[in-house]
Amino acid sequence: MSDSSKPTLKGIPVVDTELRQSKYDPPDSPSSVGYTSPQRMQVADENDPLRLECGIDFFPINVEYETYGALSANKDNAILITHALSGDAHAAGWSDEADRTKRPWRSDRPGWWDSMIGPGKPFDTDRYFIICSNVMGSCYGTTGPASTDPKTGKPYGLSFPVVTVNDWVRVQERLVTRLGIEKLVTVCGGSLGGQQAIEWAILYPERVQSVIVLAATPHLMAQGVAFNYAGRHAITSDPNFNNGDYYGQNEPDKGLSVARMIGHITYLSDVSMTSKFGRRFQTSDSRGFNLDTEYQVESYLRHQGESFAKRFDSNAYLYITRAMDYYDASEHGDGDLIKALAPTLCDWMVVSFSSDWLYPPSGSEQLVRALTRTHKAVTYVALESPYGHDGFLLETERLMDIIPSFLSTLELRGKTKRSA
Amino acid sequence: MLDTKENPEPPIRSKPRPVAELEQVGLEADASDIAGGGSPAPIVRWDHELIQKIVTPGATVLDLGCGRGSLLAALRDNKRVIPQGVEVDTDKVAKCMQKGVPVLQLNLDDGILDFFPDRSFDFVILEKTLQTVTRPEQVLREMLRVGRVGVVSFPNFGHWRIREHIRTKGTMPVTPSLPHEWYNTPNIRMLTVLDFELFCERNKVEIVERYSFADGEYGPMEEDDNFNAEEALYVLRRPAASNGR
Repeated sequence: MSDSSKPTLKGIPVVDTELRQSKYDPPDSPSSVGYTSPQRMQVADENDPLRLECGIDFFPINVEYETYGALSANKDNAILITHALSGDAHAAGWSDEADRTKRPWRSDRPGWWDSMIGPGKPFDTDRYFIICSNVMGSCYGTTGPASTDPKTGKPYGLSFPVVTVNDWVRVQERLVTRLGIEKLVTVCGGSLGGQQAIEWAILYPERVQSVIVLAATPHLMAQGVAFNYAGRHAITSDPNFNNGDYYGQNEPDKGLSVARMIGHITYLSDVSMTSKFGRRFQTSDSRGFNLDTEYQVESYLRHQGESFAKRFDSNAYLYITRAMDYYDASEHGDGDLIKALAPTLCDWMVVSFSSDWLYPPSGSEQLVRALTRTHKAVTYVALESPYGHDGFLLETERLMDIIPSFLSTLELRGKTKRSA
Repeated sequence: MLDTKENPEPPIRSKPRPVAELEQVGLEADASDIAGGGSPAPIVRWDHELIQKIVTPGATVLDLGCGRGSLLAALRDNKRVIPQGVEVDTDKVAKCMQKGVPVLQLNLDDGILDFFPDRSFDFVILEKTLQTVTRPEQVLREMLRVGRVGVVSFPNFGHWRIREHIRTKGTMPVTPSLPHEWYNTPNIRMLTVLDFELFCERNKVEIVERYSFADGEYGPMEEDDNFNAEEALYVLRRPAASNGR
């Protein structure tokens, strides 16, 4: 399959994703934002706690975020990028303190959406001020289960409250407001990040001119909830889990690695796996009659699982997947999605990826249908893609085409907007 | 916004105009817009010009199979309409987006019109698309549910040149305006002007206006246009008496 001829399956050409990922813009490239460093802001304290959806008034909340480009004098060129399950605030450029922040994996690759953010890129830092912040409950700088609980002086662990997409977005709103920004040009994210974009449109209709929802649906389907449960179960069954109180000891890395393997399967597709691995063996040409890691696909998953366990916190995985399960945009309309979306005022762009079975196109179309039935301004792009859910990170060529088109014509569309 | 009852007279009674004049209007010669377009294809979008005359200023317009969005962009710029496009092809969708035309990438064959509520558009346009859909009756019914007025154009397979081709050569014709072979044409519903009239009758659709195009000129349809018209355009509505489904 790795012959010189490009593999195609079901007529869709499959590009080697590793090859694509090797095409990074170095920090001195004119299209890179260069070296970046994270910033911190406290957005909730004793006097101004955040009432979480679960009912708890929570503080302190510190947010790690990065910004790229310059905020205009009128503060009207800001874009918020929202990350997915395992993402962080480091969306573009090269971390200049990968060692100090004990995030060595950042030294050999740029931010997770570097292909899309930078001078002359779709999220053009010559024009826009780009913000990306880490979500609450994660392990990359924003307050989460691995943070120290000031009351006990120890990590929260499982005493950390169950946080939701709604909570995340309200934390982001505090950050954006404190940066002096009244209205965002767009909120854009994929997967769980796309659900944050939906939530922004519903919670703050006056404060978003547009939202871009990639590979995300109004809620996760039962199948997705099931995979998340299996992943969490792997973590909590690890002998090192110790009810979440494992910090400073052996961590439940085996469980986390299994959870990541399960997750990874849901991000790929039948087509992309067949193309990438087929039934090829890793080292030999035939069966070894043992139960070790023999197939390439096994070796790949194992690598993904192990490297993820080195860079992610098990408790954070539990909390974030729970937020993923819980999200349902229709709750704002008592189960009626049309009602939930009724207050939104922004221009929408929804993009689905044909082979995505975690957040399938049919789910994106549910969102689009709820919008069109009430005359909301919406653009829907159904991309043919072999990459499964990962399409939103890999189909950069297509996104590089449509995202700038969408953003540069916002004013034009705004003039002929229907009064719903 | 639009009540065709108040406009019993069709808005257009222009004499057929020569091609050269049409080109001066600045119509985009976007050959690949045409359903199943390839090259060569008709240069003049006579139906674009006509539709721009039919559509009332400020109307809401849904274009099913909107191609690269050039009609909707022209209607927006010249008639201040509120446009909405539907197109299945990714490259064409990208072109719509460049023009700032709101577009939904959906397949008409998936019965997608439930995306829109009843009577939610003043005009629904089906420009050289009817002959490409799997279920024309469903599309016709749905377009007149969603829109107050429907505009349908299609190539007339009853044109004398096509008849002549089949009679003399015995094969399906390949012409500049129908550049495909039978096995790769997107035109899977080959209909004539007369077929369409019967189709409307059968589906209880009221024909408000009829136009035809032949030899680079267009005008109100004439008696023998089942034989002479290369393309036809109809303005339709559902009779008031049969508002129910």
